[in-house]
Amino acid sequence: MSPDLPDPLAALLPAVETDESEEPAVDRANTGANAGADTDTGPDATADSLVEVRDVTVSYGESAVLDEVSLSVAPGEFVGLVGRNGAGKTTLLKAINGVVAPDSGAVRIDGADVHDLSARETSRRVATVPQDTTLAFDFTAADVVEMGRTPYHGRLSADPDAAAAVERAMDWTETARFADRVVGSLSGGERQRVVLARALAQETPALVLDEPTASLDVNHQVRTLELVRDLVESEGTAALAAIHDLDLAARFCDRIAVLADGDCIAVGPPEEVLTRARLRTAFDADAAVLSNPVTDAPTVTPFPATVDLDCAVHVAGSGPAAARTIATLAAAGATVTAGVLPEGDVAAAVAADLDVETVTASAFSPVDAEAEAAARDLLAEADAAVLAGTAPASVRALVRDHDRVVRVDADGSAGADGSAEASATADVDVVATTAADAVAETVRGALVTPLEADD
Amino acid sequence: MGAATGTDSDRSGGSADAESAAGAAAGGSTTDRPAAGRRPWTRAAVWSAGLTVVLVITALVSATIGPVSLDLPTVAKATVNAVGVPTSVGVSVGGLSTFGLTIPVPSVRAEYTYLFDLPVDRTGEVIVRRIRLPRIALAAVVGFALAAAGTVMQGFFRNPMADPSIIGVSSGAAVGAVATIALSVSGPFGLQLSAFLGAVLTAFAVYLIATEGGRTPVATLLLAGVAVQTFLGAVTSFLLLHAGQDLEQAIYWLMGNLDNAAWDEVAVTLPVAVGGVLVLLAYARDLNVLLLGEEDAHTLGIEVERTKRVMLAVSSVVTAAAVAVAGVIGFVGLVVPHMLRLVVGPDHRVLLPTSAVAGAAFLVATDTVARVGAFAGGPLPVGIVTAALGAPFFLYLLRTREVHSL
Repeated sequence: MSPDLPDPLAALLPAVETDESEEPAVDRANTGANAGADTDTGPDATADSLVEVRDVTVSYGESAVLDEVSLSVAPGEFVGLVGRNGAGKTTLLKAINGVVAPDSGAVRIDGADVHDLSARETSRRVATVPQDTTLAFDFTAADVVEMGRTPYHGRLSADPDAAAAVERAMDWTETARFADRVVGSLSGGERQRVVLARALAQETPALVLDEPTASLDVNHQVRTLELVRDLVESEGTAALAAIHDLDLAARFCDRIAVLADGDCIAVGPPEEVLTRARLRTAFDADAAVLSNPVTDAPTVTPFPATVDLDCAVHVAGSGPAAARTIATLAAAGATVTAGVLPEGDVAAAVAADLDVETVTASAFSPVDAEAEAAARDLLAEADAAVLAGTAPASVRALVRDHDRVVRVDADGSAGADGSAEASATADVDVVATTAADAVAETVRGALVTPLEADD
Repeated sequence: MGAATGTDSDRSGGSADAESAAGAAAGGSTTDRPAAGRRPWTRAAVWSAGLTVVLVITALVSATIGPVSLDLPTVAKATVNAVGVPTSVGVSVGGLSTFGLTIPVPSVRAEYTYLFDLPVDRTGEVIVRRIRLPRIALAAVVGFALAAAGTVMQGFFRNPMADPSIIGVSSGAAVGAVATIALSVSGPFGLQLSAFLGAVLTAFAVYLIATEGGRTPVATLLLAGVAVQTFLGAVTSFLLLHAGQDLEQAIYWLMGNLDNAAWDEVAVTLPVAVGGVLVLLAYARDLNVLLLGEEDAHTLGIEVERTKRVMLAVSSVVTAAAVAVAGVIGFVGLVVPHMLRLVVGPDHRVLLPTSAVAGAAFLVATDTVARVGAFAGGPLPVGIVTAALGAPFFLYLLRTREVHSL
């Protein structure tokens, strides 16, 4: 975050709640709390919503791209639209800005049905930042931003506020310094900001953005979404953005709407919406949803389900190696149990998030008998056991009792402890020493080739 | 909220810094800020005025050149004497006879009052007013119309190779004209009228073919135009084969010429061209926005299909009016907009009027070459001159400058 971001819009417009906007998104935890508070009333308060999508169905030919989708965005709210490619995100945005006419249902912006409005009236209510825009010509950045004033120009009369609005929009997006440069010569990030400035120059109460960060590097992704966030907070704009990156969506949006197969399957605060089960439905991918230690927003780590494991696997150990092993095995479809894991360890957090049945024990004292017994029970039901990362001797001994054991090194970098471990366990029961990413393959290999055969 | 005041002053300080930094980057002066400083209509007026001066000088110089050499003062005085204002306009009905039928055709007759009567050599004045000026004026009007329509078509199709005839206007005019010549139809404005009708009907047909459910995709329009042009080319070829003695006249028309220019033709074409370009000028801003793509244009408040219809209809009529009186004169509508785009930039509010005036000057100049060439060694249609001069010049621009896109 750059707290020294110039904020000319807020400075120029007195009707801003200074309490809200004085520190734009410096503290995400704080904003997150606000978001949670907003959404308590948000979904019910349809009368307050600026953009209201009700039962919208859009078909291209035979197939319905959107099937009775409803969604609302309130003033001062930033809603993220997520879903896999082809889920209908772009179509929904186009139904809102009037480019696509719905087959049934209605889109209301500021109380009026978009499809009863002229293009001109619609474009005074909702501005659009398109996914890709043809900007390969010789217009300057200022020319392009000025095109945002099109809805206010008469056929024969000019818009008196154009110059001021363009200047404000360009200052706000920090595009003024290349106002005279030809847009074709700008970098992708600069061009994206010019397009954003064009949308701001429209001075609309609602803003829709289609993948505004798709082609940007990580710095520009964050800056673009910060700009939208600031606009929402200081101007009370209702913003709806299709966002590919779930982490970014979770970090910047008040609410997230998940689209899957033309249906809006969930809407709500990021921490409620981004769950493993929902992501599996929406993206067909298994993912670990954790809390980002820096931003406190949910962070999503997807695991492609490449190997299909139909068995029960027990994981013991600690640290990132165990965490990755648990997530990979779960993604592969195995019934995963875990233990004994140290309390507060990342492996325990992943296991909890993935609803894995887990035995934990304090990291700073010997494993007690109760935990040992619980882990033994889980091991007895497992088809294979995995030891990932380091574990106390008592836990190692527990795992070794199993007849199919896979050993996973911590990040493949076996230290003094690791090599000693490997040699100690090699005599007894090691099937393979491998990296966490390939553990599902190895487990399956272990199940196909029983250990006894090797001995 | 004790810190609120401090935060506010911090912010205004920060934004002032940003402003001064932006001002410095933009050249150190706030009046250079393009958002506030650029006035496209002012630029358009200044450029157009300058180019109009070029046009007038070109026309006067052109009028001195010919079998009888005249000096510039004589030409200038004769031209001033030729300036008249219409005092009464009447409509009379003539007849266009074809296949034994007589179709009534209204024609406009205007009485003019001439404002000046400068003393000037009588012979020189007759040559200038009756022979050279009508042709120069018609060249100017046709160049004006073709360059304006070419500018609009290039923007409309977002295609640097688009020209005024891209949706088949010229092919339609050719069929109308060649049919009239080959089938020996006569009547007032017979050739011009049938060429005009052929052009407008063709444009309308192409539009109908490309339109489905109220939408006219630009790509479909382009392809429909190419297909219809090919078909009408076949019709023209067939008519030429059966033209018999009229073959030479028909081919001469097809090459584009201003040999039989008369004030009547100027009087009919000028209002259509100027009126059409004024309408197009009112849509110049929309044309800029359409360059972003139709969906973007829609989200910026442009009624895309309606705007496309207006621009297509008006530029087709303007082109048809030019082609009807001058035949198929190529390259003016293609080259002139590119030349002007290099000079004044892509903004159609500036580009459209300047292209139109530059096109007028360009065609006056090339037609002078055609007149001199004809005087020196047999007939030389201006269409040949524009292509022969325009194509190498276009290639030169392509190689040396940035004519790669719009």
